[in-house]
Amino acid sequence: MKLESLAKILKEHPFLEGLEQHHLDFITGCASNVVFKKNEFLFRAGDPGNLFYFIREGQVVVEIYIPGKGPTEIQSRGKGDVTGWAWLIPPYRSTFDVRAAELTRAIVLDGTCLREKMETEHDLGFILMKRFAALIAERLEATRIQLLDIYGDRSKK
Amino acid sequence: MATDQKNNHSKTPFFDPMLPRSFRIVRFQQETAETFSIELKPVSGQKEFFFEPGQFNMLYVFGTGEIPISVSGDPTKPEVLIHTIRAAGNVTRSMNNLKVGDSIGVRGPFGASWPIKAAEGNDVIIVTGGIGLAPLRPVIYHMLAHREKFGKIVLLCGTRTPKDIIFHKELEKWYAGAELEVHITVDTALPSWRGNVGVVTTLIGKAHFDHSRCTAMVCGPEIMMHFTVQELQKRGVDNKNIHVSMERNMQCGIGLCGHCQIGPRIVCKDGPVFCYEEIKGVFTKREF
Repeated sequence: MKLESLAKILKEHPFLEGLEQHHLDFITGCASNVVFKKNEFLFRAGDPGNLFYFIREGQVVVEIYIPGKGPTEIQSRGKGDVTGWAWLIPPYRSTFDVRAAELTRAIVLDGTCLREKMETEHDLGFILMKRFAALIAERLEATRIQLLDIYGDRSKK
Repeated sequence: MATDQKNNHSKTPFFDPMLPRSFRIVRFQQETAETFSIELKPVSGQKEFFFEPGQFNMLYVFGTGEIPISVSGDPTKPEVLIHTIRAAGNVTRSMNNLKVGDSIGVRGPFGASWPIKAAEGNDVIIVTGGIGLAPLRPVIYHMLAHREKFGKIVLLCGTRTPKDIIFHKELEKWYAGAELEVHITVDTALPSWRGNVGVVTTLIGKAHFDHSRCTAMVCGPEIMMHFTVQELQKRGVDNKNIHVSMERNMQCGIGLCGHCQIGPRIVCKDGPVFCYEEIKGVFTKREF
């Protein structure tokens, strides 16, 4: 895929909405287009966490393997979502498996490259950190609601 | 802003609201391991049972007790009365053991309905959690029967696991059709599940509707409704356009006994459907 169309796709992605052009240009330089077949892993728990994905089409699932039960899906991500932030937080290791539940097209960013840029260019770093903080807060809230098991039988507890 | 109807029994002949009428179970449908639907017909008297979507009946298992259950059937088909129930307490577990041909007592319909008249001309977003789909199914039936009166209709359903999804066949039909936008999510799943995984609030951002001109109807556990309301507010949906169905200890059904009081409101009479603007001060407050 040409850099021009990558730049266009990234510019229109909700996560990068409103970013200045020179920031977008840098991010585009760290990006490439990827396609995952159904059941292919984007990354697995324990892998070096250096990749960050913008989902363009399809669906991926965040999974954990539970001994005795097998893989269990915890969350799904679809068009317009992002996945993978292990590159942002030491020790830069993925903590869950992320698998394509169907044919999935995404744009992948080199997280290490982006992190180094954020360290030196604080404007971009601050903007992206605010967006990641909002994303992490949203996922934390969703996880807390999941933990409540709100549909469970309260009379049994 | 207000719900459409408060204790409107205009189509139903006068019955003593405290006296159960005897109905017979004509069909029993196990929806999930814990949830079942019963179809009822009156043993005698008027054959039709009119209700407004969102209203509930007090169902009496003779010798065991009485509980409030929303009507889950089609308001355009008053010849059969349908309730969908989760077996969670003594009365509902007894009800789960009833068979076709058994009798059950019915008082109602009681309470305020969903604002389907007020929603005409608007997009409609329906958000349900678990068995919360049951009290909203009559709304969907009504809107599908009068499709031209509404804008986009979005149905977002959340459940615990794929095995806990109720009204499977209808959901599949609605999903495949063009009249509703349907998204279903489960809290956890095995890899054989092909749908969304995560809490129902995460679906709101994926739904396509006009945030400034919509009517939101939300039904499920109160904590799920709490987060759903927050998510709708974040997207600019006005409190006056958000409606929730409250669950409290309803006993008389006509606002006399006060068991279901929540702040200044009596849920069985003023609700169970409330405009969020009316109850925001008491919603999920631990004092109530």
